Amino acid sequence: MSTSSGVDRLIDGPAASAGRGRLLAGRTLAAGETWVFGALIILIVVFTLLSPGKFLSTTTFNLTAQTTAPFLVMAIGETFVILTAGIDLSVGFVLVLAGVVADKYYMANGGPNASVGTIWLGALLGLAAGAAFGGLQGVAVAKLKIPPLIATLMGLGVAEGLSYSITGGADLPSVPNKLVSSLGQGSFAGVSWVIIVSFLATLVFGLILTFTRFGRYTYAIGSNPESAERVGVNVDRHLIKVYALAGLLSGLAGIMNLAYFSSTTISDHPLDNLTVITAVVIGGASLFGGRGTMIGTFIGAFIPELLAAGLNIKGVNQYWQYIITGLVLGAAVYLDQVRRRLRERG
Amino acid sequence: MTEPVLDARGITKHYGTVVALDGANFTAYPGEVTALIGDNGAGKSTLTKILSGAVRPDSGQILVDGAPVSMNSPLDARRHGIETVYQDLALAPDLDAAANLHLGRELYWFRPLHILNKPAMRKRAVAAFAELGVQLKDVTAPVVTLSGGQRQSVAVARAVAYASKVIFMDEPTAALGVVQRERVLDNIRRVRDRGIAVMLISHNMPEVLAVSDRVEVLRMGRRVARFQAADATVEKLVGAMTGALTTEDAEEAGETTK
Repeated sequence: MSTSSGVDRLIDGPAASAGRGRLLAGRTLAAGETWVFGALIILIVVFTLLSPGKFLSTTTFNLTAQTTAPFLVMAIGETFVILTAGIDLSVGFVLVLAGVVADKYYMANGGPNASVGTIWLGALLGLAAGAAFGGLQGVAVAKLKIPPLIATLMGLGVAEGLSYSITGGADLPSVPNKLVSSLGQGSFAGVSWVIIVSFLATLVFGLILTFTRFGRYTYAIGSNPESAERVGVNVDRHLIKVYALAGLLSGLAGIMNLAYFSSTTISDHPLDNLTVITAVVIGGASLFGGRGTMIGTFIGAFIPELLAAGLNIKGVNQYWQYIITGLVLGAAVYLDQVRRRLRERG
Repeated sequence: MTEPVLDARGITKHYGTVVALDGANFTAYPGEVTALIGDNGAGKSTLTKILSGAVRPDSGQILVDGAPVSMNSPLDARRHGIETVYQDLALAPDLDAAANLHLGRELYWFRPLHILNKPAMRKRAVAAFAELGVQLKDVTAPVVTLSGGQRQSVAVARAVAYASKVIFMDEPTAALGVVQRERVLDNIRRVRDRGIAVMLISHNMPEVLAVSDRVEVLRMGRRVARFQAADATVEKLVGAMTGALTTEDAEEAGETTK
């Protein structure tokens, strides 16, 4: 049968498979996460050699992963947003808002002695506040056609204002003890719960991004929204979901933050958004949308933190971290431009 | 005489005070390539958009297989077995050919969670390309890395995979080189030979004459002439487009129809 022989030729033809090998090699080289993975390895090797026995230790790993955890969780949502060629500047402020909402509920229901049920309910309220806030930003982007930069800048201001007016400008007391001792400071098999939660979230949403229709539509919209619309994708609805997801994950980061610091830390997060966007971009996601991976974001979130840890152990002024991170960010964006040009020429 | 698969009658469309279509007719038969030609502003693109469900007409009737249908969205058109290859192809450049072929119509491992069945989609894509005689080295390469002709083939293969009745092709060769252009014309003939009605919108007269079976000419929002491609010449087509020659609404309309 001519059709099946055509298929066989395409699948098994020696010329075709040789071509596929070359293509695969070329694509691996071109993929953003390959570079960032290389950078991570170099970073670890260099610091391990510079501080033998100190850098490569479970203590360093635990401390770094704990500090990174809320950023990583926010970066997951930011990855989806950036893949649609959008941006979410509100992440650190929604984190605070979710923590404030949850803690306000705890204050009214037992405070430090709140029951496990109350703790779960308060956490769900925080998550819901984050998701609702993100969803409204999504409506501003998708329906009102406000550019994401402005919509989330607006959202950032609203979230900050809400947090300050609810709290009156001072951090709320009364974080439940059981929340602090479990999610905040507790661990399972020697690994902190905040680390476990952040890694699990990365895994789950990484799988969603790669293997579900939700992930595929996210890429399709970032790639070309008109095309997506014409093949029947409801672009507006999907964008609203993506921004709601970013809000939900900021809310999760907010609950983790509340538990970890036992405080709403309302004034500590003005630059979280830049840290998070940096992680996603270092991780190889393109600000033009359509390209990026969750594993890239995962590594991208760790590079600045490992850099800080390594410099700290070496006794080097930590401010170098900002300079180096800035340079790495610039390099990541430059590489993306180069890749884009190379690809579109070919 | 074969029953038309798509028959548009008296279609009108106004944009404010501008009359884009003024009672236009269009007929397509299964297994035929029908070219729709006309000067700029004649209403080709409005008529195409209406027939593919992207734009709603002010009045007029659209019949598919003799039955009146309403086309309120491209999804309606698709449900009637009508697919469109857009001039800009409507592909997602960062996704691979297999993903593009199934975009909006994914296959699932586990439908409730919308978990994609990537191997099945890849297999179907390879089969779809093979059926069109398209050689794609790798259906998992992002389409942005493909040549213009290959990208075109992906868009055509997508339309062919789902169209059971009609395929619209809007200026399919406009952006292509000579060799790729030949391939697309081959694609059009192959699709026609499967018994599907192909509607070709093109500016290129020699190409229209080379590939189509019939030609319908629009001028100022109305169908002004119909030709069997075998009887037509570039001069006749240009004459009809510019108004020098009118066969429709005249006595000889009957003899040029099928």
